[in-house]
Parts: sequence; C-alpha cells; structure tokens
Amino acid sequence: MAAAVRAAECGVEVGIVDDNATLGGQIWRGESDDGENQDAIRWSEMLRTAGVTKLCGKRVFDQPEARVLFAEGDDDLCELRYRNLILATGARERFLPFPGWTLPNVMGAGGLQAMVKSGLPIRGKRVVVGGTGPLLLAVAACLRKHGAEIPIICEQASSSMLARFSMALLAQPAKIAQGIQLKRELAGVPFAANSWPLAARGRQELESVTISRRGKSETIECDYLACGFHLVPNLELQQLLGCQIREGYVHVDEFQRTTVEGVFCAGEPTGIGGVELAIIEGQIAGLVAGGGLEKARLLFRDRDKRRRFARRLDHTFRLRPELKNLPSAETLVCRCEDVSYSRLQQQTSWRSAKLQTRCGMGPCQGRVCGPATQFLFKWEPDSVRPPVFPARVASLAALRGRSVSENGAVTRRL
Amino acid sequence: MSQSPYDVAIIGAGIVGASCADEFARRGMSVIILDRDGIGSGATAAGMGHIVVMDDSEAQFALTRYSQQLWRALRPELPADVEYEECGTIWVAADEEEMVEVWRKHDYYAKCGVPTEVLDGKRFQQMEPNVREGMAGGLLVPQDGVLYPPCAARFLIERAQKRGANLRLGASVAQIARGEVRLSDGSNVSTKIIVNAAGCFAPELTAGIEIKKRKGHLVITDRYPGFLRHQLVELGYLKSAHSVSSDSVAFNVQPRRTGQILIGSSRQYGAEHKEVDHDILTRMLLRAQEFIPMLGPMSAVRTWTGFRAATPDKLPLIGPWPGDNSVFLASGHEGLGITTSLATARILVDQITGSKPEIPIEPYLPSRAGKEFANA
Amino acid sequence: MLNQITLTVDGAPVTVPSGAMVAVAIAIAGKACRRSVTGEPRGPVCGMGICFECRVAIDGRSHCRSCQVRCEQGMDVRTDE
Repeated sequence: MAAAVRAAECGVEVGIVDDNATLGGQIWRGESDDGENQDAIRWSEMLRTAGVTKLCGKRVFDQPEARVLFAEGDDDLCELRYRNLILATGARERFLPFPGWTLPNVMGAGGLQAMVKSGLPIRGKRVVVGGTGPLLLAVAACLRKHGAEIPIICEQASSSMLARFSMALLAQPAKIAQGIQLKRELAGVPFAANSWPLAARGRQELESVTISRRGKSETIECDYLACGFHLVPNLELQQLLGCQIREGYVHVDEFQRTTVEGVFCAGEPTGIGGVELAIIEGQIAGLVAGGGLEKARLLFRDRDKRRRFARRLDHTFRLRPELKNLPSAETLVCRCEDVSYSRLQQQTSWRSAKLQTRCGMGPCQGRVCGPATQFLFKWEPDSVRPPVFPARVASLAALRGRSVSENGAVTRRL
Repeated sequence: MSQSPYDVAIIGAGIVGASCADEFARRGMSVIILDRDGIGSGATAAGMGHIVVMDDSEAQFALTRYSQQLWRALRPELPADVEYEECGTIWVAADEEEMVEVWRKHDYYAKCGVPTEVLDGKRFQQMEPNVREGMAGGLLVPQDGVLYPPCAARFLIERAQKRGANLRLGASVAQIARGEVRLSDGSNVSTKIIVNAAGCFAPELTAGIEIKKRKGHLVITDRYPGFLRHQLVELGYLKSAHSVSSDSVAFNVQPRRTGQILIGSSRQYGAEHKEVDHDILTRMLLRAQEFIPMLGPMSAVRTWTGFRAATPDKLPLIGPWPGDNSVFLASGHEGLGITTSLATARILVDQITGSKPEIPIEPYLPSRAGKEFANA
Repeated sequence: MLNQITLTVDGAPVTVPSGAMVAVAIAIAGKACRRSVTGEPRGPVCGMGICFECRVAIDGRSHCRSCQVRCEQGMDVRTDE
C-alpha cells in the first residue's frame, strides 16, 4: 500500500493487486475498513486519494511473457501489463509438525487471528498460544481483546535471548510504546520462554495440548492451539520471474530493485522485519518506480535502522534444535498428501521425497511442508513453475494473452 | 581398492534401467546401477505412467503387448504406492471417420488376441458422462492401465538390490567404453557389459546414437474422484505421435488413483529448455477442453515438462551397440518407456544370455541404424 | 445491530454476521472442512489461503478456500467435497 501511494504521488498510473477481499494483507487485515489501526486507516485514505486502481480478490499465478502478469479472480481472469512491478508478497507462518498438529482447531497463530478477525467466535474459549516470534504476543493480545482466555503463551526462544531482544528494543521509542501497550493487554497471561508444544490431543478436534516447560511436560485443556514458528517470506512469484534469491530472501539493491529489470521487491520477502520496515521499503520502491529517487534516498537512514531490528528478530527467534525431535514416526509432515515423518526420513532430497512420496506435490505446492522439511532435513527446495498458485484449467488455457472470455474476463492495462 | 568386474553396469536409474537391473539380477548376474540424479528423475518422473498397447507398427505392437502382459503379471507384487490401476484406455472417436479407425483397431487387436470393445456414442457417454456430448464413440482396451512410475522404478531397483545389485545415485558418468565406466569424479567401474539406459541423454555417452529430445507438457488437477474412469486418448494422438518434425498437441487425459486428473499431451522437437512453454501449454489445455469442457473450472495444481527420448523410426534401441562390444543400448522409448520397460529388459537380457526372446528382436536392434533409419 | 446472513452448511442453516468468511460458518456449524487423503478431519490452519485445508464446495464449485470467501445469503456450502 505504501509503495502504491508513493508511486501514485509521483504521477504514474498505479494498480494494486491482492488475492484477499480487501487490502491490508495479514497485518492490517480488516483494519482499513473498520479497524482501529491508525497506520492502516491513514494509508488506506492516502491510497484512495492518490487514485490507485484496486484489484482485490485476484490471485496472480503466472507471467507468460515479459511484463504481463495473469491474475485469477473468482469468475474471471485479469491480464496485468506493467512497466514497473513492485512485489510486496509478504510472508506466511512457518509450521512445524508435532503429534496431533493436524487436528481441527490447531491453527497458526496468525491463522487463528485471521479467523477471529473474519468472524470466528472466540469469546470464552481457551486458546493456548505457542511457537515463536513477536507475532505470538500480538495474536494473544488480539484474541484476549475478543474475549478469549489464554492459559499460556509458549515461546521456544530462551529467556536470555528474549532479554537481549528487549534490551535492543529500548533503542526504539516506538517499540517501547508498543511493548508497554502489549504488556498492558496481556497482563495476567502466563508467558513461558524455553517452552514449546509437544503434542495436541483430541478425537475429532483439539481437546488438550501438552507442552514442554521447565524441562517437564504439562497438559492443558483448551479449545484452540494458535501455533506458528515465526515467518517465512513468500518468494514464489519472485522466483518465477527470475529474481535472484540470496540466503532465502530476495536480493535487492538500495533502491529495492531486484536483479530483474523493472521488478522491485519490498517488505518481508527481502528480510523479515515487521511492519515499519515494510512501510519504509514500500515507499522507497514506490518512489523509485515513480521516478522520485531523491525522495527515496531520504528514507535510507530510517530503513537501515529498522533493518538492524530485522536482523535481531531473525537471531532472537531462531529455531532451537529440540524442535527437530517433535514429530513421531507417524506424525504427518505433508498435510496435502498425508505423508508421514518416517516415510520422509527414508528420502535424501526434496526432489526424491516429492517423487517417491508426493510430499510437496499437493495444492499448497510445498508452502507448508517445504519450510518444515527444510528445517527437519535441511532439504533445499526446487525451482518454481507456473502456476505459482493453483489456478483453473481455463485460466491456464488463456495464458497466451488472448482475451478469452469466461463469465466476463477482465483485461486491464496499467 | 580393486574389485572384480561387475557383470553389468546400467547407466540410468529410470524405469528402463530399473527394469533391466531387476531382470539381470533375477538371472543371477552382478549388477551396478548408476545415475547422476535420483531414481526415476528423468522422463520416468515426468510421464503419465500409461501402460498402453499401441499398433503404429507391428514391432511397436509386439513390444507394447508383450510388456503390458508382463505388467499385468507383476501386478500382485507391486506395492500400494505404485498405484497400479487397470482402468483401461478408451481411444476416442470424435466423428464417423474416426470410428472407421476404431473398427480397424478392433479387428486388428481381435486377430492378435487383445480384448477390446467398440463403444458407440451412447455407450461411450454412459461410461464417461463428463466428456462432452456428441462423440461418435470409441474403442475400449480394458487391459491397459496406469501406474505411478517413480515408485515403480524404485520397486524394481529394490528387488534388484535384494538380489545383490548395487545402486549409486548422484554418480555422474563421464565416459563408457570397453568395459570401463569412468565417472566424473575420476573413479572407475569395471564391468563386462554396459547398458546405456540414459534415456534422452544416451547420445552423450554413446556418440552416434540417433536420439532426440521430444519435449512434453503435463498438467495435474486437484482431486475430483470419479470424474473420469478410463484413460482417454483421441485418435488424433496417433497423428501427433507420428509427426517427426512439428510441434503438436493431442487430447490425452488420465484419472489417477488419487482422483487427480492428469492432462496431456504435447510434443515438441528442438526445445531444449525445461521451462513451461506457454504457447504449447495453452494449445494443449484448449484441446483438452474441447473434449471435456468441464475441465475448465477445475483447479490445476501443477504443470511440468519432460523430455522423451525419440528415435527416427519411433522404435526403441534395444541390443548391442555396433561401435563397442561391451556396450548395449536400452534407450529411445519416446512415449512408451513405462509400457515397454519390462519387455525391453526381457529381450535385452535374453540377447545377452542367449535365451530365446518371446518376440523378434530385429526391429529394435541398434544395428538397424543406417538401414531403416534412412527409410524412416 | 449487525447484519446477519444465513447460509447452509451441508444442508443445515447457519447464521453469521455479515462479512464473516465461509470457514467461520463451517466452524459455527461444528463441522470439519474436509477429510484428508487418509480420512482425517481437517480445518483451516493458515487463515490466509495457502494451506488449502479449508477447501469446501461452495454453490457447486469444488476446492474453494473457505477462509478467503465471504459468506453470502443463501450460499450452499458442502464440506468434504
């Protein structure tokens, strides 16, 4: 959103595409319409004023020729022609398998929050929050605000890691304010470092969670488990376009340019760094794409500061090796194809696992099991092929740029 | 460290190499299988896994029929993840002209002992209600089947290993000559016989083999159990497979045991890169939708490409290579590698052990190159 | 007073506040979205359209990601399809 606003302010024609029904991604989900988040409201307003074309509910799935993206809506197909492209594809949660993790009501932390924001009744329900990352606290606070009871927040990072992290936050006033706010919202909620889920139990759905805490296991009855292990960047589209990836992130120069001409990248795909960094990087990309290089330079210092925070994040919430021992032999690792841990242990690479067990060949295209197997087995992922999201056969059949009509296909020039 | 030479070194752990390993080991020979990648990572991973009798020529029919029977006999031993289904093929006739071809095939197969059933338009519609109306009919070949090739290759290799065969993956072969297999890492494997089962990469190891890459595309959908019951192939497929020089697509769809629909097929010459070719992909999918409009709204989860190993006369190369009497070929199977892998192994090993092969081997001999190739 | 929407989940009526996603209606109905390939009941995990565990048939169309589809009056939602 920040990128779109700044680019439009430079006077160029801007369109913004998102597969969700409204803009805002995950962090500002639902905020731009009727939320309380001041930043979200502000940027939404600026977007409206700047005259940016909004294309919501459209999922980009391929680039069949240079500078043309295809996006699929519920009933139609969009051909998006661009001179410059800014990819702000965000991040998704990392899920790690443990016994019982496939039970209904075991969800990601951000996942449960998204559901609650989408109307899931949570008042009076008991929710164990676990995993790692600052998202856990934000989610717990949100759930509590909606009336959930939180028996515990389990953070796998060690107390010393967290203490060092908190000290570093003191350098940033905004973060202190956020921290104080969170503390208030989470007053009375038990928080355990060095703690992680061992198993989820229940018959048809979740009934209790067993956690490791202070070296011992504890079982807690609950209705939901909100569990996510920090974030992994969404890189598929960038990979499809041939952008260079370095150490798991899209490589960009100081102007947020990728190695592909005309393609920029901003936010989490260049490094998990949180909202403020994403907004700065987005603005830089938008300004450069719109021709405002000098204005972009003015933001460099702020970005560098926040990038330091990003590196701290990475370091603090690194996954501990004990988490590799969580899955049992029968624990499913690939949820799309129900492939168990023991079957994967016999494989030597991501590719052989795919071919022999179908792990990673389901509709999630390895987005869930990929990061898990990367952590568990150190397997390197494959190259990306279209479609980067499942798309209708008819949409793939229309990729040659012909304006094939399908219940009203839409073609927009940007 | 010296070790006595193997009886056989097989280059290529795809379905053909795996079948050969299994057969050689079964007959008591010491075997090593070498592949620069993993098991079944070439065309074996990319194809449809269709076991199909084809009658483009008598030689093609003999090989596919023999091999299909071998697969049917092997079926009880195949593990579940090989997903063998005897779903049958229906060769689809879009019009009355194609029905003539249906009857011709029926009569030919009847003469050769292959059970088939001619379906009129109505019967075909009953059997496959999700195909668009108005088809003239088709030919059902009930003994055709489908399986999942990478697991089939693994099964065959594991069987060979149980009989003492060695498997070396990630082993890139630089040169094969006179009983010596030299790997890229400098090490050597000594053997009496070398089998080049490297598929479309066979010419890299044996100069002069006339094998060209023939690129294909496939698309697989999410699960729609019961949507299709048989592998459906348009009779026009034969025209596509016939053409030796132009890019073509044909309607060829398969229901997998998972309920996913596999959509093919395409053929391109001269395409060397693995990337999805959007032109061909769209042509292929449009063709498929012409037969099954209901494919349109279905969710396509993945697309991929693969390279078939194609020879000028459309028959594989199975037998001794004239240039080196330690080298034998088992390559060039084009789109019939899965189908004919078992028979390939049988007749190759028959030639080497002096047993009488079940079918005439002359049409597949590498030495035919230069004679029939010139006439192709 | 919020607008309420009524739709059916596996034939039974469910009422949700307007703006709610179909996955929420399914949860309120007490159902799982789908059965996995080995028959396990499954529900939404990621909440953002990438895990595909929330797939259901909506108004006859299979494999819709219910966490991303807004409820509409009279929608026919079928789980495990």
